[in-house]
Amino acid sequence: MAFALTGRRLLIVSGKGGVGKSTVAAALGVAAARRGLRTVVAEIAGRGDVARMLGVEAAKDLREVEVYPGLCHVAIDRQSALEEYLRNEVPGPLPAAILAHSRAFQLFVDAAPGMGELLTIGKAWELGQRPRHNRGAVEYDLVVLDGPASGQLAGLLAAPRTFGAVARVGPVSRQGAAVDRMLTDPETTGVVAVATPEQMAVSETLCLRGALRSELGIDLAAVIVNRAFPSRFTARDMAALSAAPDDPAVRSARWLHGRGQAQRAQLARLRKGLADERLSTLPFLFTDAIGLDQVEQLGDRLEHSLP
Amino acid sequence: MSDLVSRLSDKRVVVCAGAGGVGKTTVSAAVALGLAARGRRVAVVTIDPARRLAEALGLDELGNRPQPVDPALFTSSGLELHGELSAMMLDAKRTFDDLIERLAPNASAREEILANPIYAHLSTTVAGSQEYAAIAKLFELEREGDHDVIVLDTPPSRNAIDFLQAPDRLIAFLEGRALAAFMRPTGYAIRAAGVVFAALRRITGVALLDDLTTFFALLSGLLDGFRARAEDVRDLLTDAATAFLIVTSPDRAPLEEAIYFAAELEREGIHRCGVIVNRVHPFDPTERDIATTATRLQDALGAPLAGRVARAHADVQRLARSDQVALERLRLALHEAEPICLADREADVHDVAALVELQRELFGAAPAERLMTLPVSLRRR
Repeated sequence: MAFALTGRRLLIVSGKGGVGKSTVAAALGVAAARRGLRTVVAEIAGRGDVARMLGVEAAKDLREVEVYPGLCHVAIDRQSALEEYLRNEVPGPLPAAILAHSRAFQLFVDAAPGMGELLTIGKAWELGQRPRHNRGAVEYDLVVLDGPASGQLAGLLAAPRTFGAVARVGPVSRQGAAVDRMLTDPETTGVVAVATPEQMAVSETLCLRGALRSELGIDLAAVIVNRAFPSRFTARDMAALSAAPDDPAVRSARWLHGRGQAQRAQLARLRKGLADERLSTLPFLFTDAIGLDQVEQLGDRLEHSLP
Repeated sequence: MSDLVSRLSDKRVVVCAGAGGVGKTTVSAAVALGLAARGRRVAVVTIDPARRLAEALGLDELGNRPQPVDPALFTSSGLELHGELSAMMLDAKRTFDDLIERLAPNASAREEILANPIYAHLSTTVAGSQEYAAIAKLFELEREGDHDVIVLDTPPSRNAIDFLQAPDRLIAFLEGRALAAFMRPTGYAIRAAGVVFAALRRITGVALLDDLTTFFALLSGLLDGFRARAEDVRDLLTDAATAFLIVTSPDRAPLEEAIYFAAELEREGIHRCGVIVNRVHPFDPTERDIATTATRLQDALGAPLAGRVARAHADVQRLARSDQVALERLRLALHEAEPICLADREADVHDVAALVELQRELFGAAPAERLMTLPVSLRRR
């Protein structure tokens, strides 16, 4: 699947809170790297979920660290992104670091609506540039951004436009327009919605799809359904189980079966609500923590569902 | 059954807080429903971009004011409301507009603020503004006194703590007067600020700076109002009749967030009325291994099915054991002897019947026998 996605340069992973966005972002990164694409997974600094799963400490100062063959990781923190932005985009007599640390400028960044979002998405954009604006930096085939929850995604994607509109002229406005062009170009950028096959996550995915389309003219590139329960028992099995004496193991089996059925109903609802977006399913992993092994396992699944 | 009934009996405000994705909205609705069933007049305020609460309550549209929920909705699920339930979905933009309306010194100042391009983005993009709007709405409803209890769902964010910090962050933002001062420098700050200002001007263009300057100048007249309100809000949050219900799942990240949040509440002198752990898997302490379980079930189910059932049980128990470790961590860290555990359900709570069942799980059965009466001291305000 994914990988009609890989013609693109930037994938932004979003979804309802708690559905496993970071896990999917990491798995997408691993899958793409295995396909031979030079890939970077970016996450917002401070969370470190992706770094933890890949078994590394998140590096500071926007350093891109190889965490897996062909896969780099970078944590985007606002201050570093701001300094880099000033260095790259704003030539002038004042050194970027001094400007970025000046109180007036800090106040400005806090006050200007959407500036934080613009810096985040602007950094994701820069990672995807060829050549990179950071001279000498590695060029990537694919950038995977572990994005915000679906409720905040529109705000992030609209930031360049919002900011361009309030700034009207000048370098910020120009760069905003460039980022906006990349985000709204379906050949280059794709939003990957992660959902679990549950009522609320499905509703939120369909809402997100509608909001992106109506507010920004962006379509979902793919939907990845995470944590799908396997179908383990047939109707005949269930009949046998309901005749069996009460037992905790039988209760577990019934619960798993019921859960799986409810999920399949929600999956059907999701399919019905989507048009021709690609949909791919990842299994529920019965483990208590997601580490590199699990990410590889999920990456395998994504990789093998490629056309 | 939990003692949630007695824990909430003297509360006027219940705030449900926790990391994103743990089921706050559903729990808020169930808590509100449970209190309404037990004789209280309840308003539940949710911040819910996907309209989950509206879905759950069978409402088509929630305005920015609490609307009564039809009690007949619950009778068919066997729950009688001895009180009243109202519900609303927070509209941050409208809440801000209302606030400006109230705080603006006159009509022309109000119009000017509402028309300012920076203001248009304030309620949607400035960090903490959604949380501030939630608290402002809570405050407004509490002042009006039309309800015995207000249950507040908190905005979806990765971190629960954002909610407590919101008023301060918004005030800090509005105090961007300091920025305005930089923009029109006077006295001896003029040279240093002048260089930065020139750089800003070059980067952003003059229009944005002018808009910002005007915006902060306009708002400076309202700042005292905002500040006074933030203080009132702090009083409300630390009031003995206000309590936070921490909602979490047994997963690592939400759990650690819950523990951190509980410590912050304590530091701020805010009361906590319970911890709800959602989506706990049923633990079977007798489970040994797949072979033992399979042997036990062999006669009843036949070997092949017994084997698959045993494997299913082992998988579920792996989750259950890790839940137990999480619960133990929670008990120790929060000195919470009995967190309220809600079972991981086969399906999401998305209809009234499931919501009724959830409130039963939270509060216990037979609401009629446990009718709550509101202490006289709480009726005055």
